[in-house]
Amino acid sequence: MTDTATLASRRFRPGFWTFVAGILFLAFLTVTVIRFTKGLGAVTNLSDKFPWGIWIGFDLLCGVGLAAGAFTLTAVVHLFNLKKFEPIVRPTILTGFLGYSFVIVALLLDLGQPWRIWHAIIYWNPHSVMFEVAWCVMLYTTVLAVEFAPVVLERFGFNAPARFIHRLITPLVILGVMLSTLHQSSLGTLYLIVPSKLHPLWYSPMLPVQFYISAIGAGIGMVVLESYLSKRAFHRHLEMDLLEPLARGMVVALGIYGLMRLQAIQRNHAFGSILEFGYEGRMFLLEFTLGVILPVALMSFRRLRSDPNWLVAGAFMAVLGFVMNRLNVSITGMEAASGTRYIPSAMEVIVSVGLVATGMAVFAFAVRNFSIFPGGPIGAGPDPKPRA
Amino acid sequence: MGMGLLFDATRCVGCGACSSACKEQNKLPGPVEEVLTAYTWTTVQPREGLNVRRMCMHCEVPTCASVCPVAALTKTPEGPVVYDAERCMGCRYCMMACPFEIPKYQWDRPVPIVGKCILCAGRLKEGKQTACAEACAYEATVFGKKEDLVWEARTRLRQKPGEYVNHIYGLTEAGGTSVMAISSVPFDKLGLKTKLPGEPPAMRTWQVLSNIPDFVAVWGVLLYGVHWITARREDVAHAEAKDNGRENRS
Repeated sequence: MTDTATLASRRFRPGFWTFVAGILFLAFLTVTVIRFTKGLGAVTNLSDKFPWGIWIGFDLLCGVGLAAGAFTLTAVVHLFNLKKFEPIVRPTILTGFLGYSFVIVALLLDLGQPWRIWHAIIYWNPHSVMFEVAWCVMLYTTVLAVEFAPVVLERFGFNAPARFIHRLITPLVILGVMLSTLHQSSLGTLYLIVPSKLHPLWYSPMLPVQFYISAIGAGIGMVVLESYLSKRAFHRHLEMDLLEPLARGMVVALGIYGLMRLQAIQRNHAFGSILEFGYEGRMFLLEFTLGVILPVALMSFRRLRSDPNWLVAGAFMAVLGFVMNRLNVSITGMEAASGTRYIPSAMEVIVSVGLVATGMAVFAFAVRNFSIFPGGPIGAGPDPKPRA
Repeated sequence: MGMGLLFDATRCVGCGACSSACKEQNKLPGPVEEVLTAYTWTTVQPREGLNVRRMCMHCEVPTCASVCPVAALTKTPEGPVVYDAERCMGCRYCMMACPFEIPKYQWDRPVPIVGKCILCAGRLKEGKQTACAEACAYEATVFGKKEDLVWEARTRLRQKPGEYVNHIYGLTEAGGTSVMAISSVPFDKLGLKTKLPGEPPAMRTWQVLSNIPDFVAVWGVLLYGVHWITARREDVAHAEAKDNGRENRS
């Protein structure tokens, strides 16, 4: 609360980053128009040989995975009753909600006929993993919206409905954790169907569990990262007393995940392809060193965990390694079997980057206008119009 | 078991009558292309001195039908794996999942759909054979009941053992298919996928998906149990602090 005074001085002023976000958003809109008038072939490097690109590999797989901090922290606070983490729950739920919105927007671009997205509600196929994914996205986005609603309701003085939601928080959190568990793992299950296509460094019958546990690890990394980014943007202090024990959780999750990966590779007899040091082997080494070995090794030392710079570095590596893993599963590992190389087109990248920038702008707008962080809205005067 | 096709690569002369007949039957625009596309559902490729037909294999347990979130792809009892374009939302999971890499997409259209051979399902309902089999003058592609076709293929392999690779492609691949092929050259050299699992890939995801109801029940109870224990502990701690030991609590 002591730094509310300093926060009040951080009133919104359009600067360099607002400008960048605005440009990216306009570029995103342009690509969207071309995509819906000329077809997917005109804007993407997708083809019959390579039907899923970065809109699935990055936007969907990483957008969902990095939103995992929300269910992890709500479970820690509301189910395990570790109330001291409560101050960082709201920013995590907001990130989760934005992450899922990001996924939905990306899907609306990636689907051939997005206006039929509701078909999953009326035409059922319970044998389809994609059917499960569709339902989990719908339901969990709703749960996140309800979990976040009290923040918006309180801001406008609707205290009664906010209290009502607060009373329902336990079943809501349980529902959220269940849906997340299903959803995070189902993204791995998506790839169980391609045993003859996905490279043995990544294919495993345990893919669903691997996706789930790595999402918890990287989701925690994301919580640390966003605390750091908001600290930089709004000159807040880093809640080291909360983030340090969270990093310990990250080490445990990533450690278990790392062992599972090694075991899967051993069962596929694929260690040889690392030693060959080919395309897949190099990408694996980069991913595994960055996403598992380094964060686990570094964050095992209390001295490094307690140092804000090292903590942020560790979290950043975990998140980067996580993104690399999802791209390796969805792209690198599928290239050899497809007989082609896929490099995203500039327009595909623009959409992904534009969406990330928009998400960050909305986050910044929200923390300025609502009580997201413990100190209340950042910046005294409410900023009437959203940026970008 | 339904109907199917048997393709004999040793008999195919590569005239392309099947591909043209397919275009006409299904009203597909443009000329026949060298590879399968959303507008070319079957094509003949020269490989190793032979000609090999590429088309949907019409799996007995189709991977595409199992992965489709809106059940736009279904296996009919007559044999064909058919596609309902009105349901399809364009997620392209079928293209990702198909072990034979058959479904193709209309990348050039703003309102795209998937294109793949549907084994002339409409003609089959009328009791007719497929357009491609009807067009083939060399009996390289023959239409019939699947069990008859397996019998026919086995007979050919037995009668001329030197002229054929001793394998019927499609009998076990990905759990078996309605379209089968025999050849004098190993199938991988003809560009056909050979390292396929013997059981349908759909089983692997169903093993996970069929456990979801159990999982939801167990996980839900477990999570609520955790909450109950931690909340109870807090209550007890509060009460003890308040009563300061005046009251016995179990």
